[in-house]
Amino acid sequence: MRVSPANTQVVAVGLMWALAAITFAVLVFILAFILAHGLPHVTWTFLTQSPTSMGREGGIFPMIVGTILVAALAVLVAAPIGVATAVYLTEYTREGRLTTVIRFGADCLAGVPSIIFGLFGFVFFAITLGMGLSVLSGSLTLALMVLPTIIRTSEEAIRAVPYAYREVSFGLGSTRWQTVIHVVLRSALPGISTGIVLSLGRSISETAAVMLTAGSALRLPRSLFDSSRTLALHFYILAREGISMPNAYATASVLIIAILALNLLSYWLMRRFVAKVGR
Amino acid sequence: MKRDKLIGAVLLVVALSAISGLALIAAFIFREGVPIILRVGAGQFFFSTDWEPSLGHFGILSMIGGSLAVTAGAAVIGVVFSLGLAIVLTQFAPPGLAAALKPAIELLAGIPSVVYGFVGVVTLVPLIRHLLGGPGLSVLAASIVLGIMILPTITSIAIDALQAVPRSYVEGSIALGATRWQTVTMVLLRAARSGLVAAVILGMGRAIGETMAVIMVAGNALALPHSPLDPVRTLTSNIALEMGYASGDHRQALFATGVTLFVIITLLNTAALAVSRRRGGRRRVG
Repeated sequence: MRVSPANTQVVAVGLMWALAAITFAVLVFILAFILAHGLPHVTWTFLTQSPTSMGREGGIFPMIVGTILVAALAVLVAAPIGVATAVYLTEYTREGRLTTVIRFGADCLAGVPSIIFGLFGFVFFAITLGMGLSVLSGSLTLALMVLPTIIRTSEEAIRAVPYAYREVSFGLGSTRWQTVIHVVLRSALPGISTGIVLSLGRSISETAAVMLTAGSALRLPRSLFDSSRTLALHFYILAREGISMPNAYATASVLIIAILALNLLSYWLMRRFVAKVGR
Repeated sequence: MKRDKLIGAVLLVVALSAISGLALIAAFIFREGVPIILRVGAGQFFFSTDWEPSLGHFGILSMIGGSLAVTAGAAVIGVVFSLGLAIVLTQFAPPGLAAALKPAIELLAGIPSVVYGFVGVVTLVPLIRHLLGGPGLSVLAASIVLGIMILPTITSIAIDALQAVPRSYVEGSIALGATRWQTVTMVLLRAARSGLVAAVILGMGRAIGETMAVIMVAGNALALPHSPLDPVRTLTSNIALEMGYASGDHRQALFATGVTLFVIITLLNTAALAVSRRRGGRRRVG
């Protein structure tokens, strides 16, 4: 029996739609599952108290502080380097062997698994440079990890700025650097911010790399050289060692809400950017 | 003008930090890991399943097998779903719907891997245990969880590849009387082939490098898997599970596990770059 192309199309496209529907069902299920079990336990005291008896009781305040410190510092280090790299690649050089090497480096770095970043951060920052398991070791490791994302998004954002903008600026007598700062970067800023916000999200959700570099101390970090447990690692330890399921779900909910907020922010920035440079 | 040259030079130095970082990572991982491979003997290290650090036995074959098994499983699941998604979003979905669904895929990429692992443990693992038997913590569970996790990577690169196919190809095919679906299978997928292959390879790189989710759902048993329902330990899990208390030779052997992983990933990335370069134009990685 021969099936007509029209019928094949109906079946095949129906199948594709089913696959897409399953994917989004999985996404909704994961979010709903965590939030439904966790949100009831997210109270003001949970957010503002320190954990007691290994996290069985009490809250997650030190982990919130630790996570913000580690992620913010990582992005603070990676963003200037990443944007400068993008500016160099787009405004200060021609395509050639050197740009190929730089891009190859960034592409390969993007593919390195987080556990390898963890191993490297552990021997390099924590041991060789003597920073120990600390907020600083963790954030420098993460900075290296998110660098490729920032380079790529910044480069795309800068390339999207119409060339005419630069010509006008040069025509008015600006130097290249003035043009970069006042025209190119200013127009590309929302696009660049998208990459930075996404990197912040990645830093917050990373676990393997911070486990080996920032350690798992439950105290509030007093300096950058103190060890600090991040939210993602705290969630992992609570869940895996079966310390407290309600607190695990609640910690995961806080993590999920932070990620949702960052994704919304990056989406909003991207729309603003597209509206601005009119791609 | 002189000042601009100076700024250019400074920017160049900064721009080299990504590649220097990569070199530094490779140098330190290899320095810590390669000596123990030479001491134990490469044959012993890579082809023995005997991992007993307290006795000085370091063989990682079962972890290599574990990593390959879960990566292959994840690739199958990831490819089926990602291709379906990419085709629907680029060819059949109304533009408004496609624009609304893309941020959802990005959100899927943003969910922390520990959350994937956790949801896998409390929902998927018991399901597998009841329906199919075995411990539940298994190659199958890890493949499904990883398949979902690598889906955003493969989908977004696949969408780029499909959108890069010239419109005239599709129009020509439709004009010749082909249905939309025939056009997809006979024209679109073929024209985008190299980009799609690169997408799959990069997705596999993601899967083999994933750590926390796999630790939670794969069972971490030290043996080569014989069925999809067997528990396995991957290269990444081995490092993360034992790094906390390892010292001396044991710690070095974990770095050597990292060296193995690093080499596999580099091979995959180079393959992906080579495949996509053949078509000309730069493909984004990761």
